[in-house]
Amino acid sequence: MLLDSLFNGVAIGSVLLVAALGLAIVFGLMGVINLAHGELMMLGAYTTYVTQLIFKLPLLKTYYNAYVIVSIFFAFIVSGVVGILLEKTVIRKLYGSPLETLLATWGVSLILQQFVRSVPLAYGTGLVISLIIGLFLPSVFSSKVKESINFKYVKFSSWIFAALVGVLSGNLISSSVSKLSRASARNVDVTAPAWMRGQVEILGTAFPKTRLMIIIITLISVIAITLFLNQSAWGMRIRAVTQNREMSDCLGISTEKVDVLTFGIGSGLAGVAGVAVSLLGSVGPNVGGNYIVGCFMVVVLGGVGNLLGTIFASFGIGIMTDLIGAGRLLSIWPDMPLPLSNTINFFATTSMARVMIFALIVIFLQFKPTGLFPQKGRMVES
Amino acid sequence: MGQLPNLNEFMRISRRILAGLATASLAVSVTSCGGGSDTSGSFDDTVTVGILHSLSGTMAISESTLVDTEKMAIAEINAAGGVTVGGKSYKIDYIVEDGASDWPTFAEKSKKLIDQDGVPVVFGGWTSASRKAMLPVYESKDAFLYYPIQYEAQECSNNIFYTGASPNQQSEPATDFMFKRSPAAGKPFFLVGSDYVFPRTSNTITKEQLKSLGGKVVGEDYLPLGNTEVAPIISKIKKALAPSGGGVIINTLNGDQNVAFFKQIQDAGITPSNGYYVMNYSIAEEEISTIGPEFLEGHYGAWNYMMSIDTPESKKFAADFKALYGSDRVVADPQESAYNMVYLWKQAVEDAGTFENSAVREALVGQTFDAPQGPVEVMPNHHLAQTVRIGLIKPEGGFEILEETDGVVFPQAWNQFEPSSKGYACDWTDPSKGERYKL
Repeated sequence: MLLDSLFNGVAIGSVLLVAALGLAIVFGLMGVINLAHGELMMLGAYTTYVTQLIFKLPLLKTYYNAYVIVSIFFAFIVSGVVGILLEKTVIRKLYGSPLETLLATWGVSLILQQFVRSVPLAYGTGLVISLIIGLFLPSVFSSKVKESINFKYVKFSSWIFAALVGVLSGNLISSSVSKLSRASARNVDVTAPAWMRGQVEILGTAFPKTRLMIIIITLISVIAITLFLNQSAWGMRIRAVTQNREMSDCLGISTEKVDVLTFGIGSGLAGVAGVAVSLLGSVGPNVGGNYIVGCFMVVVLGGVGNLLGTIFASFGIGIMTDLIGAGRLLSIWPDMPLPLSNTINFFATTSMARVMIFALIVIFLQFKPTGLFPQKGRMVES
Repeated sequence: MGQLPNLNEFMRISRRILAGLATASLAVSVTSCGGGSDTSGSFDDTVTVGILHSLSGTMAISESTLVDTEKMAIAEINAAGGVTVGGKSYKIDYIVEDGASDWPTFAEKSKKLIDQDGVPVVFGGWTSASRKAMLPVYESKDAFLYYPIQYEAQECSNNIFYTGASPNQQSEPATDFMFKRSPAAGKPFFLVGSDYVFPRTSNTITKEQLKSLGGKVVGEDYLPLGNTEVAPIISKIKKALAPSGGGVIINTLNGDQNVAFFKQIQDAGITPSNGYYVMNYSIAEEEISTIGPEFLEGHYGAWNYMMSIDTPESKKFAADFKALYGSDRVVADPQESAYNMVYLWKQAVEDAGTFENSAVREALVGQTFDAPQGPVEVMPNHHLAQTVRIGLIKPEGGFEILEETDGVVFPQAWNQFEPSSKGYACDWTDPSKGERYKL
């Protein structure tokens, strides 16, 4: 019983955590209010769908069972690249003006939503492929080529090459997978492969496999991002820039590169979250919008700029949702006095549990406005 | 003749226009489009009717199928010579307006259709919220709305004609079936729905009905619209139903939430093979194929029309629709209801001999039509008497019809299980009775 409750809480929390992880980096570390975060998740979810259909083709059918794993990488790349493009074209111009960033990213979120409604997914995939090639092809050339005066022509022609590949692959996908060749506002469905469906029994309690899978994805993402931020050189640079931008700049860290990288990683994590949520429900243009409020809530509650806080906050909210929403307190303590049990019963519905949790968070933030684990030390702003 | 602008400026302007066009085409969706169907034969005149459904936003997926069906019915009527009123033949033309899944917009567009376009009738709406928003408009202008969706009833307007099922034509026979004759007969019930007016009213009725049948409701929960986290609900269902080895789940969730619900209950072992049976009021053929029959197989649905009805009328309806819109399309209850209302309007207008509202309203009551589901008849309470069917969802999609009522079930605008409306009825043919009178 207790195990079941704990698992449910962790399961709900890990969905929140994987969704909020990217935002914790973008909003928490960079201070960018990215309202298109949910739509980057949506792109990840659609990537899963496209990958699933591609793996149904005769050529790849034998590897069908592995498509979810592959789509995690694809989703990271797709959302990451779109995020990088977003940073380079929109957000970079708006650093230091949070209100404008908020409005611009909200606009981007609407454009992305309408994009998946109006553009056939096959051509959308082609466009993303050409973006990936266009952005990364110039960087494979040796520095000798890069320094030559003709490099802008090289860059230009690699974009032409990218566009060509994009159009070709778009048409190829469109002709081989008929489901992707027409635009549709209809929600689509990702079906987990057989080995991920059903449940496993651990210590006499049955756990749904998809939930376990999401917990594993979350765990891996958290470990990977923690290692990256704390152990790698670029991770150190990111932390340096978030703590003191001017000083890092003086010390020779390319803040521009750091910004792109941070935003790209945050967006990529949103893509991974998209894979996770596509396993739970259907995939549609609005799928990300359902999570965005929860994500901001988690990051604010955990303390902006602190990964550990985000982890605690999401599991806290998850466990509370399960405790209140499923009326578990009553089964733990069955003989509680009547007025109390009536109150608990009243809140033991999904709608009321949400109200209760939001109320508790608001009250909590009254006493600790900086969240569970406030960032300590000297910040640029202070 | 003006001077040609120099090339640079021309380029700059055209680039700006192009960029503008690209953004506009991405962000803006079509808001309205008028149009008619092919003219065949000659007509004396044209009558323009209004079609008002969401073509954008969340509800567009469902409501656009109704627009398709209504257009098909109009095209069929036109092909058969149009509407004959007072010896003159009229071609039906239509104006399609977009309610944009936004309830005030429905009211606003209704006003536009009535005042500006002067249409004699509007076919429109899907959600109860949109109907509630439109109702005052039609009542104050004494115009007429035809509403095609199964709904919670507890409403009976002189200016609305309801061709969908009232609860006693859907949920009541379904509850009866689940409690008495399903594999989970006699077992307890759990009620799940989205958090808005239809599921809540429908479940109140189910609870009262079960009380009188001697059944037991062991739990009920509502998911806020847009929320897809169903884990707490699933653990509640398990806790409530597991002691009796399964039971009945009555499901009134909306659209997308069904996908999350069915995917996750299957993973949690809440399946027909373990003794849990879900009866659905909002899942028709269209939704079965979207959610995936592998998740729904072995569960139930209740409707007036099901695509698998084996009559020539039903087969023709499905075949015509497929011929017009593509072989992968399906027809379902809401579409059939939308199809019927266009024909019923045509018949009423012809009987009344005028497009004028009060005469058409009088002529409407008592109209019969051989619908794809079988014969239907308009009752004095502006609802349709129709057949009710219980279907089992097949592994390949669609329903296997298990039961159908002997003949039509008469609609109740005021539900007889719900305490607040018990003993009341609605009759617009008798001025002394009207919207709500005591039986």
